[in-house]
Amino acid sequence: MIPANLSVEHFLIVAAALFTLGVLGVFINRKNIIVILMAIEMMLLAVNLNFVAFSAQLHDLVGQVFVMFTLTVAAAEAAIGLAILVIYFRRLGNIEVAEASQMKG
Amino acid sequence: MEIAVVFLPLIAAVVAGFGRRVVGARGAEIITTATLGLCAAMAIALFYQYAGLGQAATIPVLDWINSGTLHLSWALHFDVLTAVMVLVVTSVSAMVHLYSIGYMHEDPSRAKFMAYLSLFTFMMLMLVTADNFVQMFFGWEGVGLASYLLIGFWNHKPSANDAAIKAFIVNRVGDFGFVLGIFTIFALFGDLQFSNVFNAAANLHQARLFYLFGMPFDAITLACVLLFIGAVGKSAQLGLHTWLPDAMEGPTPVSALIHAATMVTAGVFMLVRISPLLDLAPVARNIIVVVGALTAFVGAAIAFAQFDIKKVVAYSTMSQLGYMVFAAGATAYGAAIFHLFTHAFFKALLFLGAGAVIHAMHHEQDMRHYGGLYKKLPITYVLMWIGTLALLGVPPFAGYFSKDMILEAEFAGGISFDTFAFWVGVIVAFMTATYSSKVMFMTFHGRPRYDLDHAHDIHEAPLTMLIPLFILAAGALLSGWLAYDYFVGEHHALFWEGAIQPKSELILDAAEHDPLWVKLAPTLAGLLGLLLGWFCYVKEPDLPAWFAKTFAPLNRIIENKFYFDKVYGAVFAAGAPLLGKLLWRYGDIGIIDRYGPDGAARASSFMGARLSKLQTGYLYHYAFVMLMALVMLIVWLLFGNRMGA
Repeated sequence: MIPANLSVEHFLIVAAALFTLGVLGVFINRKNIIVILMAIEMMLLAVNLNFVAFSAQLHDLVGQVFVMFTLTVAAAEAAIGLAILVIYFRRLGNIEVAEASQMKG
Repeated sequence: MEIAVVFLPLIAAVVAGFGRRVVGARGAEIITTATLGLCAAMAIALFYQYAGLGQAATIPVLDWINSGTLHLSWALHFDVLTAVMVLVVTSVSAMVHLYSIGYMHEDPSRAKFMAYLSLFTFMMLMLVTADNFVQMFFGWEGVGLASYLLIGFWNHKPSANDAAIKAFIVNRVGDFGFVLGIFTIFALFGDLQFSNVFNAAANLHQARLFYLFGMPFDAITLACVLLFIGAVGKSAQLGLHTWLPDAMEGPTPVSALIHAATMVTAGVFMLVRISPLLDLAPVARNIIVVVGALTAFVGAAIAFAQFDIKKVVAYSTMSQLGYMVFAAGATAYGAAIFHLFTHAFFKALLFLGAGAVIHAMHHEQDMRHYGGLYKKLPITYVLMWIGTLALLGVPPFAGYFSKDMILEAEFAGGISFDTFAFWVGVIVAFMTATYSSKVMFMTFHGRPRYDLDHAHDIHEAPLTMLIPLFILAAGALLSGWLAYDYFVGEHHALFWEGAIQPKSELILDAAEHDPLWVKLAPTLAGLLGLLLGWFCYVKEPDLPAWFAKTFAPLNRIIENKFYFDKVYGAVFAAGAPLLGKLLWRYGDIGIIDRYGPDGAARASSFMGARLSKLQTGYLYHYAFVMLMALVMLIVWLLFGNRMGA
């Protein structure tokens, strides 16, 4: 239920701000890969926030159920991403974004 | 029977060739020789039917090509001319098959040899029984193939392989002319069947012109000249003759069958077959006469300087082919075929006799290592003399009748080209006598020049080799006066009716009225030459060396065979690889490769290098591209319709 002094637009603005932060986190971040993973999580959360907002607005629980799914998938994805990162660290000894350019031609 | 006589040799060749593991070498020899004997017997019956009774028939076998206006079928055309050729081919071939059993008895792959011989016979019969130009061309190429296989039969010798390839390639040049001639005929008459073409040619009231490089040419003359180029290749006429002497690398029976009696006469046969066309092309005929006369002279001249017994006989064949060709060129077709007929017997006899000598001397072919062999090889000696006297034109041997007839006809021809050919012919008769007697005297007379330690194993050839010699000697003795009346004598017009253009035979009638000295000249020239040969090689053996020294420049020209091989070697044999190298270096590598495959490869690797710069490997670059693409996709989805409208 959305409080009376707030409308759905407020939630959307926050979500958009969060999403943009996440995108910028991916692009502007030059430090390490964990930050990129976190930025991705943040974008997912922004989307979840949209789901929840619309669910409350439209009185439809499907949106909130969907959030549960997204969270689950995000958790799994975070687990896999971190696992890859651990292996990556063992092989190369660092997780610098600037160093991770083996895929270039 | 007509079909049997043509196709039995093919069956024998297949059985002996592919089934040689089953039938064995002995089986292959028996099968092929018996088949050819049977064919020769049938050919005599056919000769009686078609030549004796003067019938003509076309026996259809299969439809072949049916395309647009071109209709060709496999058909066997039998008339007098075919019957004569079939008789020559099968009888000489049967003799050579029998002879080969003895000559090749030590060769491990003699079954293959017999198969090739039979295959050759089939192809030759296909050529002479052809009903249209294309079928003739099939036989023409078939004998070329068989010739190639047989010249290179001893393929462990590099020289044999070279000779085989040379024969094949030089013949290709002639075949190219032949093919163009066939095209011309088709363009002119729209038909390739002999009788249709000849009828159409006879009804052609106005000369048709073909334009070549802007110059008008009479179409029939052009066709005849092109077809004659084919004959030049096959019959070893001047210009394309260089393969014939080299072809002596093949076993001697091959030389006797292919390079003396049958295949090389295919060109003469073809000229006679197209006699209705030649009749309409006097210019082409003059070319033929001149080429034939020059061939006769050059062949005889080169023969002087040769010491290889087979090479001398080969050059003499070339020279005699020149006679036949200029006879055909002077429209004395009957005389040309008559000489072909007698020549087949005596030249095969000479070759097989030379083979018997070579066999006895353990494959030594140089006459300088012979001498005094008449005591060792008395039978071969007598038989070879019969062949030589026939070649010299000494009466009553076969060559006398045919060679005299050719020269008489040449004299009667009257135009300057014919007279030129007559005088050349008389001179060549003299030269022929000299070098042929040189062969006989150097081989059989004088002191022995071979290794005397081996003298005891020089022995007469086995019976399988002597029987063919006897039969061919009978041919060389008798074929002249037996056939004279029919081929060129008083019955010739009736005999050749339907096969050879009748009005051309007028020249043979005119030849009857030549002055006496013309009739005697060739024989006298032959006897004089024989005398000179005896004087030079028996009486005064030092004389030839003195001649060679005194006339050194002349001798050098002759020894180098008029430089034909040298010039061809320098221009074509060396020029073709050079041209190929130039084209390869600058054409292939310089242009095609550079802008073709190599260019494409270089362009793609160049572009690839540029494109790979885009792949930085940084995650955020990829992510940025993805996002921007996503944004653009969304923009397009939301606003695309509106923007499009």
